[in-house]
This record gives sequence, structure tokens and C-alpha cells, in this order.
Amino acid sequence: MPTKVICNGENVTAFLSGEIDHHNAPAARAIIDTYIQKARPKTLTIDFGAVSFMDSSGIGLVMGRFKNIADYGGKMEITGLSPQAFKVMKLSGIEKIARIHKKREEEKNEKAD
Amino acid sequence: MKKPINELKMQFSGKSVNESFARAAVCAFIIQLDPTVEEINDIKTAVSEAVTNCIVHAYSDSIGKIYITVSLFENGEVKIKIRDTGKGIEDIKKAREPLFTTGGSDRAGLGFSVMETFSDKMYVRSTPLKGTTVTLIKRIEGKKK
Repeated sequence: MPTKVICNGENVTAFLSGEIDHHNAPAARAIIDTYIQKARPKTLTIDFGAVSFMDSSGIGLVMGRFKNIADYGGKMEITGLSPQAFKVMKLSGIEKIARIHKKREEEKNEKAD
Repeated sequence: MKKPINELKMQFSGKSVNESFARAAVCAFIIQLDPTVEEINDIKTAVSEAVTNCIVHAYSDSIGKIYITVSLFENGEVKIKIRDTGKGIEDIKKAREPLFTTGGSDRAGLGFSVMETFSDKMYVRSTPLKGTTVTLIKRIEGKKK
């Protein structure tokens, strides 16, 4: 399933879905990077609420996007990690650079598009 | 060495589209041990990392075959061997270090760390230009206990 992105002023939220692995991560990366370039969000939120599986490719995806927004001082938030995805993400020490919220990001704006 | 009570052998092309197939197939076979959701997810994640390593590293400039053997033992132990005949690892110690990667900017360098964390034991055997075998061992306690 493709990654959906919502722009809300200075904030951009990317809703990942399905399985995030080495095969699927590049498509999500390309979409998110397009929005980073276009909108230069102050806060980039990556939501994992609809992700059914994630391996270390998900860490690479988050780390790489963090580097891109950190270049101009952007912040990163991560929401909706399943216990499995959280267990993987934890290994990266990502909580030092990004805020992790267990709760899913609201998708109501998304449906209005 | 004790004998397995059941065994699966499979072979598939080292294409990234097969990553999801490989982890799903291994897990489907292990279901007979009645694992918990967490145990299944652990195995799925570890297998995904091992298969990705074959594709990204062993067969970085070719598409070779990946061989997986899954052995189930009486005591609930699962042994998963993931083998390739690719380029091999020069320095296994270095490759196992967290954050070390030769895979480019979007690889986290955490593949072996994830495999170690999500299994009970991990062994890596590799010969440069001959290939690599990763063995993952995990005890399934299951839902009954």
C-alpha cells in the first residue's frame, strides 16, 4: 500500500502501511523525501499505525529521513509503533533523536482529501 | 546431535520481492509448535534480516539462490539455517558490530544486532567468495505454558 502524506502548515505526517522491509522501504522513502524537499516541515511525523511488520529497514528509513530534516533544523516524531516494530526500533537508540508516541496519529484529515 | 522431529528445506531466488515470502513461509512452518504472537514476530524479524543480508550483501551484483532449512526439535527448539553462495564476509566480527554497514546510507547496520536480539543464539560461518551461513536458534515456549 502506498504511503499517504498530509501537509498541515509546517507539519508533515507520513502514514506508512503494510510491511516495511528492504523491498518496500524505498517507495516510502521516495514519497517522504519529496515532501521534505517541497514543504521543509518543522516537524515530520512518521506514523506506523498501519504497519503490520517492520525490520531494520524501518530504522534506516527513519534515520535517513531524520538526517534530511536535521540539515535545516527539523524535528521528528514517530507514532503508532506495534510492539514488534517498537522492539526493532528500540535497538537503534532512536528515542535520542526522535519523540516516540505509542498512540496512532489521527487519520481523520486523510479521509477528507 | 539430536534428530529433528520435522524439517523444511526451501530454495528461492535472491530477489527482494521474496523477502516477505521467506519470513512468512518459515513462520507458517513453525505454527505447528503453537508459538505466541511475540515468538512468531521474533522469528519473522530475524529471518527477514538474514534474507535481506543475502540479497543486499552476498548477491549485491548478481541474483543467486538462497537456501533455508528449518528444523524443529522435540523440546520446542527451532533451528533456522539461511545459506547463500555469494561473496562472503571478510571480517565477521566487524560485520556483527552494531551500526557497521557496507550497505549505503539507508541501511542502519543493525541486521546482525536484530538477529541476535530476536533469537536465543546466532552463529555465522562465512568464507569469502564461497558464501555465508547464518544459523538462528530459538526455543518456542508456546501458548500452553
